[in-house]
Amino acid sequence: MPGPRYAVDWEAASLRIVFVTMTVFAMVFLIAPTIVVLITSLTSSESLRFPPPGLSLRWYTALLDADQMQRAAWNSLVIAIWTTIISVVLGTAASIAIARSRSKWVKACDLLFMSPLLLPALAFGFAALVYINKLGLSPSIPLLVLGHVIVCVPFVLRTTIAALSQLDPALLDASHSLGGSQWMTFRRITLPLIAPGLGSGAFLAFMASFDNVPVSLFLADERNEVLPIHLWQQIDTNLDVRTAAASGLIVIFTLALMLIAERLAGFTRQMR
Amino acid sequence: MNVAESRLALPLAALFVAFFVAPLAVLIALSLHGEAAMRTWTFANYIKFFTDSFNYSILFETLLLGLKATLVCLAFGYPIAWVCARAGARMQSVIVFLVIMPILTSVVVRTFAWIVILGRQGIINQIWLGLGASEPLKLLYTETGVVMVLAQVQMPLMVLPILTVMSKIDQNLSDASRVLGAGEWKTLWRVTIPLSLPGVIAGCILTYTACITAFVTQTLIGGARLIYMPLHIYQQAVGANNWPFAAAISVVFMVAVLIIVGLLGALGRKSETHARA
Repeated sequence: MPGPRYAVDWEAASLRIVFVTMTVFAMVFLIAPTIVVLITSLTSSESLRFPPPGLSLRWYTALLDADQMQRAAWNSLVIAIWTTIISVVLGTAASIAIARSRSKWVKACDLLFMSPLLLPALAFGFAALVYINKLGLSPSIPLLVLGHVIVCVPFVLRTTIAALSQLDPALLDASHSLGGSQWMTFRRITLPLIAPGLGSGAFLAFMASFDNVPVSLFLADERNEVLPIHLWQQIDTNLDVRTAAASGLIVIFTLALMLIAERLAGFTRQMR
Repeated sequence: MNVAESRLALPLAALFVAFFVAPLAVLIALSLHGEAAMRTWTFANYIKFFTDSFNYSILFETLLLGLKATLVCLAFGYPIAWVCARAGARMQSVIVFLVIMPILTSVVVRTFAWIVILGRQGIINQIWLGLGASEPLKLLYTETGVVMVLAQVQMPLMVLPILTVMSKIDQNLSDASRVLGAGEWKTLWRVTIPLSLPGVIAGCILTYTACITAFVTQTLIGGARLIYMPLHIYQQAVGANNWPFAAAISVVFMVAVLIIVGLLGALGRKSETHARA
């Protein structure tokens, strides 16, 4: 029956064609901004016209004199590193409890720890400002780090709990019956096996902190300005091309970190 | 399982109580006062919010914005997940990598790129005018622009949960559907979509909450005239320095988000039991 057979094939192909076309379109849409930032940052002109009239590295060299931006970048880096360290330590401990305990209050904790992902971060940032004001404190870097931990720790928890649930409990029993202590079992068995999940979560938490605006908006003052807020204000008031160069650097830095995370932890597999 | 292991959640729980639960409690308390010193209790802030159309229309517009952006994400995110689930291992990694990239690139940087793309003399308008149009398209500082950019920025949150569920669907079910005479479209509609519904709903929850709270994208692409809830909170708190009112808006916004997440979550649980049955 050549007739119906042909019809079915065409029908099968049509779905494929529609979905593949939409995927390709969406992919262009997803990648375009990154490429535009990279090309714009290499412009030789004073304006942000695209495509640029010529290419040069002049705006990257101009960054060497941008003291305020450098200070903001340094603050962001320090805050992101501290946020990641605290999130990883507290997050790993909490993940073990959540993955292995059936108790009601641990389940409630799980829900609590994930809620910053869903609640408006800006409302939390404002709440934190009101709170530290009531306590008679003023915004500072340690308080900003604590605020970042609240919104970044869910990333560590998600990937680490997923990795722990893949772990074969027989391995832990074997270690115990061979006389390994709790700590030794954790260090020699659990930690190496959950490392890719934990690493991916740490990477996500680092990027989320480095990029955070809603919490920093309230908890960072002029003395400890952070990079995303500095850039946000630059873009909002006077678009200068140094902003494009700084953006270009951030893109390159992010891509490099992503490739490292992919090599070390199979990052894209952890995200599924 | 021993007791010691459940105690491992205590340090993080303590931090959350001290720095998440307590601030939110203070915020709620502040929203029930007329002045920042918190002397007299009152509902005035909430009455002001719900009786002034300027205020409640901002809430409505924000919730609607999230709906539009989520639908665009779903329209493109579902095909991406479908194609990705059927691609080879290497291609899958490449697609996931490209999908995750935007969410990891600084949101300020991404938004900046969109200003270059959407502006009056931006790339889209150069192409548009090059095609012979007489008027440039207005995209920057419009809601259409905000929806487009939000869809790009939050796409991974839609694609990843759908992909997770879709790669677990038994391929035999689609094959059976085809053997029994259903075409590809019918198989998609009757087999693949219902089975991947839990992933779709999880994706919608994440995308929706991310879109309505995306302060940077909303303010830079929407400009000063398009006001959504996050900017409204920020303006009242920092610009007008009216902390009790800003607290009330924050509480209203959070409760609205919780209601929507709760409804979608209930729908998700229902679809999960349905998918298993």
